[in-house]
Amino acid sequence: MRLGRLLTIVAALVCLAAAEDPAEQLPNRAQEAHARALFKEIRCVVCQNESIDDSDAEVAGNLRQAVRAQVAEGQSDQQIKAFLVQRYGEFILMRPTFSPANALLWLSPFVIVLAGAGLLVFRARRAPAPEASLTDAEEAKLRELKDF
Amino acid sequence: MTAELGSFALILAFALSIAQVALSAGGRLRGSAALTGAGEGAAVGAFVSIAAAFAALMYAFVTSDFSVANVAANSHTAQPLFYKITGAWGSHEGSMLLWCLALTGYGAVVALTGPGLPWRLKATTVASQGCLGVLFIGYTVFASNPLLRVANPLVEGASLNPLLQDPFFAIHPPFLYSGYVGMSVVFSLGVGALIEGRVDAAWARWVRPWSLVAWSLLTIGITLGSFWSYYVLGWGGWWAWDPVENASFMPWLVATALLHSATVTEKRGAMAAWTVFLALLAFTFSMLGAFLVRSGILTSVHAFALEPKRGILLLDILGIAAGSGFALFAWRAPSLPPGGLFAPISRESALLLNNLFLSAATVAVLFGTLYPLIAQAAFGAAVSVGPPYFNLVFGSLMGAVLLILPIGPLMAWKRGELKGVLQRLWWAALAAVVAGALVFAFHEPRKAFAGAGVALGVWLIGGTLTELAERARLGRTSLSEAGRRLRALPRGAWGMTFAHIGLGVFLLGAAIDGTGKVETAKVMAVGDQVDAGGGYHLSLDQVGQVDGPNYLANRGTLSVTKAGNPICTAAPERRFYPASGQTTSKVALCLRGVSDVYVVFGEQRTGANGQPGWLVRIFWNPWARMIFLGPLLMALGGGISLSDRRLRIGLPRRAAGTRGAASLEPAE
Repeated sequence: MRLGRLLTIVAALVCLAAAEDPAEQLPNRAQEAHARALFKEIRCVVCQNESIDDSDAEVAGNLRQAVRAQVAEGQSDQQIKAFLVQRYGEFILMRPTFSPANALLWLSPFVIVLAGAGLLVFRARRAPAPEASLTDAEEAKLRELKDF
Repeated sequence: MTAELGSFALILAFALSIAQVALSAGGRLRGSAALTGAGEGAAVGAFVSIAAAFAALMYAFVTSDFSVANVAANSHTAQPLFYKITGAWGSHEGSMLLWCLALTGYGAVVALTGPGLPWRLKATTVASQGCLGVLFIGYTVFASNPLLRVANPLVEGASLNPLLQDPFFAIHPPFLYSGYVGMSVVFSLGVGALIEGRVDAAWARWVRPWSLVAWSLLTIGITLGSFWSYYVLGWGGWWAWDPVENASFMPWLVATALLHSATVTEKRGAMAAWTVFLALLAFTFSMLGAFLVRSGILTSVHAFALEPKRGILLLDILGIAAGSGFALFAWRAPSLPPGGLFAPISRESALLLNNLFLSAATVAVLFGTLYPLIAQAAFGAAVSVGPPYFNLVFGSLMGAVLLILPIGPLMAWKRGELKGVLQRLWWAALAAVVAGALVFAFHEPRKAFAGAGVALGVWLIGGTLTELAERARLGRTSLSEAGRRLRALPRGAWGMTFAHIGLGVFLLGAAIDGTGKVETAKVMAVGDQVDAGGGYHLSLDQVGQVDGPNYLANRGTLSVTKAGNPICTAAPERRFYPASGQTTSKVALCLRGVSDVYVVFGEQRTGANGQPGWLVRIFWNPWARMIFLGPLLMALGGGISLSDRRLRIGLPRRAAGTRGAASLEPAE
């Protein structure tokens, strides 16, 4: 057991939901809510998979301060995210951008659905419609007989 | 002494697993009942040996034998007895032994049950289970033996991680592991079927109970884990799409798909190759989960921290087991006989769509979990994939599958009629639209999402009840006749009803909690009041010190009131464990119906006027308990389905035959 590492992880866990800290909040409630929604999209860069909304790390606190300041200045979400990506790279976004490089990530589940559905339609067209050759009762009987 | 006996038992189990493979495979090849019988004996022996090793580990924990390295790292004399016992599976080594215990346990049950299972299939299944045993017990013996001694024993242990000292956490790994490893039987049955070259209704009837057992236990395990994270970590949430959570969720998704496709294979003999594929895939994802959690290649808040050498070994095991399974599949599956035909509009097609969407959802979770690694390796880019991705992609795929869910069970096998089914579902659709619109109008905030979630949940529950009413011919026959019909329904049908309603209940909870959660944080001095949302007010009455068995705590006592009426007293604690130097939170939950007032007691701070205060975080979590209640209903449905006469393990098959007309199962 690498206890040392576990301890740091646990220490990071203890104080979650840090962004609600009353010492940090913006006076304007609409702006504060907007900032909170943005926090969930931004990663705490030194943490284990936590957004800055959750993390109690110092970096997360600084990032929250920076984002809150920009929200208060009336910057758009795009501008704020662009600012963060420029400084920290795409790693900071919890939602990967929809770029050609990330197409595999975003599209593969839907490609699977389309390909599967296409295959089913193709096979349904080729295969003859099932004939009512045996009644359900006969089929059940057949299955009983086939049971070894 | 016991630790050495335990190590010996572990090595014995390794040898017995090798014997299990050799005897079962040899017996199968020579057609010798004596050899396969001996192989079954070896399987039981391996289980008994592993159980002995596990008992030795537990004994070392209970007696605080700190000369055993694993005990010294994960226990402490001041720890309550219950947590000394559960410490046995609190570490990587101990949990792998638990994994082996479950693996050999399932092997022993397969060996002992089922004169109904054809002997060839049984022999190959027991041999395959033995191969898995050799791999995992071998790993435990040679790379992660929890019973190793240290040269210079310490006087005191390092203590179990305080976050794990919780009754829900303590019982969650046994459920989770019995679920994960239960898939191994399905895997072995798949291997057996491929080798024997017959995948038919009789085989599917053997796969169904095993996948039901594993699926139900996994459902309970994941739910307990989620509940633990909800009320121990103090963050107010219940699912974070963390890699470790995803690792347990992927086998569950595949097992869910398998349950549905095995139904088609059992009833109609169709989709046989696909069912075998899923049978292999389910345990592959279990192994992948075991690897991801232990390898340290993914950053997660609750992975086991470990050196990479063991991770590579686990990856090797995964590669060998899954690789040979799928190679066998590629070789033998094309020769499987094609199954029954069905029309594009039929129950089979509906279940196929279910499988298609569940597969795509599994791929979304898999890619989302692994994509940071893929991107790093492929184009050296550091990318994060967080909850926003999963919520969007997984959510939309599951939304689609839930829309068609109530239609499937009402459809006839082979060739169905969509129009008639939709006509019968009109009132469920109406109820869903009305409920969604009401939530949309009155629920605060983020309305559209809440409305859609509630509408889907009501659609599921209403559609499932419609199906039940149809079976009872409610409204078209007398009430007593309808009641008689309901009582005569097969348990499998009741199981499906419970599982689908459970899913609806879960969805309602997730939609309302996810959108209506109110979070409040305030530095409170004694006497301060705070509005916590949902109409609840809290006031801090006193702050005191508590001496726990192995911790010290600050406890805040807060009275919760609604419109001036006292509701309950919340006593959250901030605990300090001197043995490990860690601080944890003991969340106070005030249960209101299915909702929670959730109170976390934080650090001491200076308040607004210079007086000492404490940071108190409060979450109003409306309908949160339905998130955990729903999956438990699903697991209950699995259990009910399992008690179905047709699926009862070891049921003599001929008895089913002599029932004659009774074996003409009603078209479910």
